[in-house]
Amino acid sequence: MRERFAGILSRCNADYVEIRFEQNQTTQISYRGGKLEEVGRTYSSGGNVRALVKGGWGFVCSNSVDKLSSYVDLAIKQAKLTSGEEFALPTTEPVVDMVEAPVNNDAASMPLVKKKELFDEYNDIMLTSPQIQDSRISYRDVKRKVIFANSNGNYVEQNKPDLTLRLTAIARGNGEIQQAGLSLGSVGDFSVIENLHDQVREIAKRAAALLYAPEVKGGEYAVILDPVLAGVFAHEAFGHLSEADFVYQNEPLKQVMVLGKRFGSKNLNIVDDATIPGLRGSYKYDDEGMPASKTYLIHEGVLVGRLHSRETALRMGEKPTGNARAINYLFPPIVRMTNTFIESGGASFEEMLGEIKEGVYVRDWYGGMTSLEMFTFSAGEAYTIRNGKLAGLLRPVVLTGNVFVTLSNIDAIGNDLDMNQGGGCGKGGQFPLPVSNGSPHIRIRHCVIGGR
Amino acid sequence: MDDLLRILDFVQKRAEQAEVFKVSSQTVLVHFEANRLKQTQSRESTSVALRISKKGKVGFAVGSGLNDVDTLVAMAVETAPFGPSANFEFPSLNDYPDVAVFDTEVPKITMEQMAELGSQLITKVKEHTPELLCDVEVTKGVSSVHLVNSRGGEARWDRSFFAINLEGVLTKGTDMLFVGDSEGSCRFLTAVDILATRLIKQLELAKRKAAVSTKQLPIIFTPRGVASALLPPLVFAFSGKAALEGTSWLKDKLGERVFDTRLTIWDDATLPYCLGSCPCDGEAVPSQRIPLVTKGEVTNFLYDLQTAALAGKKSTGSGRRLGDRPPVPNTSSVVIDEGKERFEDMVKDMKEGLIVERLIGAEQGNLLNGDFSGNVLLGYEVANGNIVGRVKDTMVSGNVYQVLKEIIGVGNEARWVDGVFLVPHLYCPLLSVATKT
Repeated sequence: MRERFAGILSRCNADYVEIRFEQNQTTQISYRGGKLEEVGRTYSSGGNVRALVKGGWGFVCSNSVDKLSSYVDLAIKQAKLTSGEEFALPTTEPVVDMVEAPVNNDAASMPLVKKKELFDEYNDIMLTSPQIQDSRISYRDVKRKVIFANSNGNYVEQNKPDLTLRLTAIARGNGEIQQAGLSLGSVGDFSVIENLHDQVREIAKRAAALLYAPEVKGGEYAVILDPVLAGVFAHEAFGHLSEADFVYQNEPLKQVMVLGKRFGSKNLNIVDDATIPGLRGSYKYDDEGMPASKTYLIHEGVLVGRLHSRETALRMGEKPTGNARAINYLFPPIVRMTNTFIESGGASFEEMLGEIKEGVYVRDWYGGMTSLEMFTFSAGEAYTIRNGKLAGLLRPVVLTGNVFVTLSNIDAIGNDLDMNQGGGCGKGGQFPLPVSNGSPHIRIRHCVIGGR
Repeated sequence: MDDLLRILDFVQKRAEQAEVFKVSSQTVLVHFEANRLKQTQSRESTSVALRISKKGKVGFAVGSGLNDVDTLVAMAVETAPFGPSANFEFPSLNDYPDVAVFDTEVPKITMEQMAELGSQLITKVKEHTPELLCDVEVTKGVSSVHLVNSRGGEARWDRSFFAINLEGVLTKGTDMLFVGDSEGSCRFLTAVDILATRLIKQLELAKRKAAVSTKQLPIIFTPRGVASALLPPLVFAFSGKAALEGTSWLKDKLGERVFDTRLTIWDDATLPYCLGSCPCDGEAVPSQRIPLVTKGEVTNFLYDLQTAALAGKKSTGSGRRLGDRPPVPNTSSVVIDEGKERFEDMVKDMKEGLIVERLIGAEQGNLLNGDFSGNVLLGYEVANGNIVGRVKDTMVSGNVYQVLKEIIGVGNEARWVDGVFLVPHLYCPLLSVATKT
């Protein structure tokens, strides 16, 4: 492979060319309506070529890689059509690396029967719980090998295993349907999703309890977010704004996101770090062959960095961070997050709670979306806070706000950082990208909660 | 793996029933970023999905870029013992309604023409608002679908598509305005003017800022508002699978009047040149026009073969394949019949209220229950019959079954949203609106 790629790349007439080739094997299992509904296996191989000519990019992907040379020509032709300015990526020291990443309890090589036994157990627990009408289990493991080569002389082979599990219990009664769920993930390690029986029992109980829970009245509240939801907040509300491809051509936004500007209190630190071993967002090299890094986005309340591809870093005169990622060979790499989290502060959960007269405690992730300055994210669980104490379960709520205002309204940061490995990130039609996010408990003043 | 009949022949020795579905597609995308031509992409892919029934159980496997039949068959056979019971038989048809989904113009369009259309659109919109940053995608594609099964069923069709999508952002300090719209169908489209006019209208209405307070307010959902807020829970509820499982809120409401009598909703896979159309579904059952709601009454759910067999119904030709997944019942084009009200009259009628053009995050509410709750990405305040300006930091929540039970008016002009929803304006009574005080 290496000689073939090197041969093709050496003949290219473009400012920069890269080739990415992949082999993916996926096993997908889903349960619905109390039964195993779908089990499927997918094998997919293919590759792509990306070329840069005078600031314009061409990208060609296919699963018949035997015509690779002609794809290189097409990518260059497309890049020329798109080109228009003098722009070239700096050459870097060539990196050649075969990354060996052994997987513990490799899910991809685990027999189907073992997976089915485990999910049958979880499913039984949910369906035998009172008022549970239905359950959902959605499981996926991916074995992925990526080979990358570019005209700079880089050649990297990496394995990127991934695993996700989502369990949902659906309760019906009292004229209502409610659900509660659990999302988990790992870098292919099956043991992470074993022995969850107690947690599964809890979600079934909670779904049933939600049938009788009151709804919150829409409006502004003091809110405490648990580590899972606060992690989603860090990702959705702030993380996406830190992606340089949103910023680098938008002059007014550049002024807003100028490095050195204060966004929060002195104890607020937000980090994106692809170098932490064993997390779903981690890797050694990104999909442009750049080494992964740890990047402070906010340090002591001040904006200090952002996430870059090679192009955005150069155009903004900042350091590349190795954050260009693609979900598979059908897509070009774009600026993405990896493992994004708020660092621990000093407050305990009890202290935060004790200072709230009337508020809402929100837990767990259900979904989240952002349009740069505006975000919405939904909690799976919510509780009334009255006079410094938790006072009863509420229907799930949706939180919304303006990120700049909300960041400055964070007035307490807990001491209990926890990383959430469930879920995946979507951007530019590329979903789901393995990421993780995390936080300690945080408290936000004046947060808008939607209700009826 | 070009010869589907050979695969079928091979697998029939190892399973009782089999179906081979192959799709090959070629797509070209021209992408403008911040008003500038940035990237041109070509994508070609071929995948073969194999579904078998062995000892009464369904096995499923997909291969792309996989050149050997043995591996594909082995994967499907491996999954079968764990798969769901096969309660259905594949159809033995090979004659289908004539649904036009291929425009011979589309393959001829060059990347240069696509780039030209994109810059025309950007130029027009920027004439109105020079500081607007536009991301534009012009996409064209052709695909060939071929399906065979062990009962002699066979379907084969080519389709084309062409779409233009613009997302614009106007940033002033920390205030950002998002506008956007798209057009797409199986046909080549040169009318960038219509798209430009719609975007300019959005920019014009959003020029002034306005605010509403936290209270119950009537809302006019524009067609895009209907698609982003009201349709996601409905699309879910009309799935025959959700009805069978009991998770659809409508599961025992067949024949009941649940919605306003002015509401009639169709699922129509036979409309010519629409993105949701095809001669048959992903398991070779002919396409139909299916009434989901007739004058407020629930009239049908959507079924694929497996769900229909379990529910004792007939497939409605709604078995749709999403990516590398086996078919499930899903919508094709969702059409809400036009009513009588002019949009202008709805606005005039409104003393205090909101127009919602786009909600974000609406589908994150409890979809099963019909709840939606989202932030108004683009919406306007109405006071005393006039559009005052754009609202921000505003959240709208409601329950689709309560909202659509009695509505104030149905618009007289339906339009396509994202090429798959053909919907009019809907003028709805009190919904909960929460804002920053």
